[in-house]
Amino acid sequence: MNLVGNLFGSSIGRKILMAVTGLILIGFVIGHLVGNLQVFSHPDKLNGYAHFLRSLGPALWIARIGLLVAVVIHIWAATVLTLESKRARGGEPYGVKTWIQATLSSRYMRWTGVVVLAFLLYHLAHFTLGVVQSDTFKETEALRHYKMTADYHVLGFTVVRAGSEVLDVHRMVLLGFQPLVVAIFYIIAVGLLSLHLLHGMDSLFQTLGWRNARWARSLRTFVMLACAAYFIGSAAIPGAVLTGLLKPVPVTPSVAAHP
Amino acid sequence: MVAVNTQQPFSVTLRVWRQAGPAQPGKFVEYAAKDLSPNMSFLEMLDVVNDELTVKGEEPIAFAHDCREGICGTCSCTINGKPHGPGKGIATCQTYMRSFKDGDTIFVEPFRARAFPVVKDLITDRTAFDTITQAGGFITARAGSAPDANALPIPKGDADLAMDAAQCIGCGACVAACKNASAMLFVSAKVGHLGLLPQGQAERDRRVLAMVNTMDTLGFGSCTNQYECSAACPKLISHDFIARMNRDYLKATFRDAFKPAPAGGGGGA
Repeated sequence: MNLVGNLFGSSIGRKILMAVTGLILIGFVIGHLVGNLQVFSHPDKLNGYAHFLRSLGPALWIARIGLLVAVVIHIWAATVLTLESKRARGGEPYGVKTWIQATLSSRYMRWTGVVVLAFLLYHLAHFTLGVVQSDTFKETEALRHYKMTADYHVLGFTVVRAGSEVLDVHRMVLLGFQPLVVAIFYIIAVGLLSLHLLHGMDSLFQTLGWRNARWARSLRTFVMLACAAYFIGSAAIPGAVLTGLLKPVPVTPSVAAHP
Repeated sequence: MVAVNTQQPFSVTLRVWRQAGPAQPGKFVEYAAKDLSPNMSFLEMLDVVNDELTVKGEEPIAFAHDCREGICGTCSCTINGKPHGPGKGIATCQTYMRSFKDGDTIFVEPFRARAFPVVKDLITDRTAFDTITQAGGFITARAGSAPDANALPIPKGDADLAMDAAQCIGCGACVAACKNASAMLFVSAKVGHLGLLPQGQAERDRRVLAMVNTMDTLGFGSCTNQYECSAACPKLISHDFIARMNRDYLKATFRDAFKPAPAGGGGGA
């Protein structure tokens, strides 16, 4: 069968894999951001949401493995294509070479991609695994006993009941961004991710053949607005901690009173 | 737009890539081009410089050229870092010296790509493009007398679009401009112009698969959607054809994978 061979073996096939995995990852980062913006609401919201996600069990692992596969294919395709393209350019570089119309974001895709990967690894180590900044990790004793003050609903269903004890993710996030360096690193990283998406989102339409001159301008405007909104939303969380807009609340009596 | 030089005879400094043969190392050599008319074409300016070199007993600069009216795609120089020079939608031969100012330093290099090895100085071997075109193959056409022009209806829009693609002169500027040395614009123009017409439908899937496969085998890079190719193209062929080819390639791949094989061992009349 040629299908797998064409997708993984040809230049266009690999571009299509990059576009499709990119689309999956864009869907994830947008969903991830929308979920995390609940940090601006009562701690019940983010903590209930986190507890709900963790309670999904096998579904959570299917999603995680799916995302991991998407990341691996995306990076593999990017690496192979980059190496092939470098070879294709040949040994002798141009004495003078000018850009004609390539956008800024398109010229630095490989660099922004590498920074985004470094950020992804830190982000996982920080909030998922607790390998770095482990003193403020959600599974430390001080953050294990958050008591929900209200029910948490998803699509009208109550998924976490008031009174249940959940991990205090809200507090972990606010404490996690206390170090100035971490907050600034996050803001820079999401900025570069937005720049990566600016070319990536535009590009995936071209790669999948869903773009032409008639659509190009409105598509570009849509992508720019989406990336700007993504950046503002993402930078808002560490930004709010940095500016003191969001402060970790003192330990509430209900938590302190826990046996 | 290109600045227009209305001055009288002027001079520029050329830094030209000189390379004696495919295996020899090359280098930039400086030449003074004096008393130039602003109305000379770039190639005529090179002719003048070569005349002087010949008189002095030096090896003239080797450059490829043929029609000198922008329709053959033979002339190919990267001028100041842009294939075919500063103009838009023109080939090197249609670039005039009035695009430059007195005292300018002009870098002249061959189109650079691994698939386009340098033959000598500014001349590159672009056989790779012919190989891709050959991989596209023929279309199934009725042999014999020409059919009536109106026997095969083709919407005007499709015919015009196919003509846009067919304008490709195969010069290789798209490859030269691309940071990845990708031939996607060239291949997509070839795939597009036959794929848009009813005559090209029978081999549509086979053609796109074969041409892309050949393009990859010949060592061209991949597309990163920066559209430097269409901006450098002397025929201003749109990168929309690349999107169209991506779609065609994906469709052909799926159709090919799920196409049932005909029963029996073939044969025929």
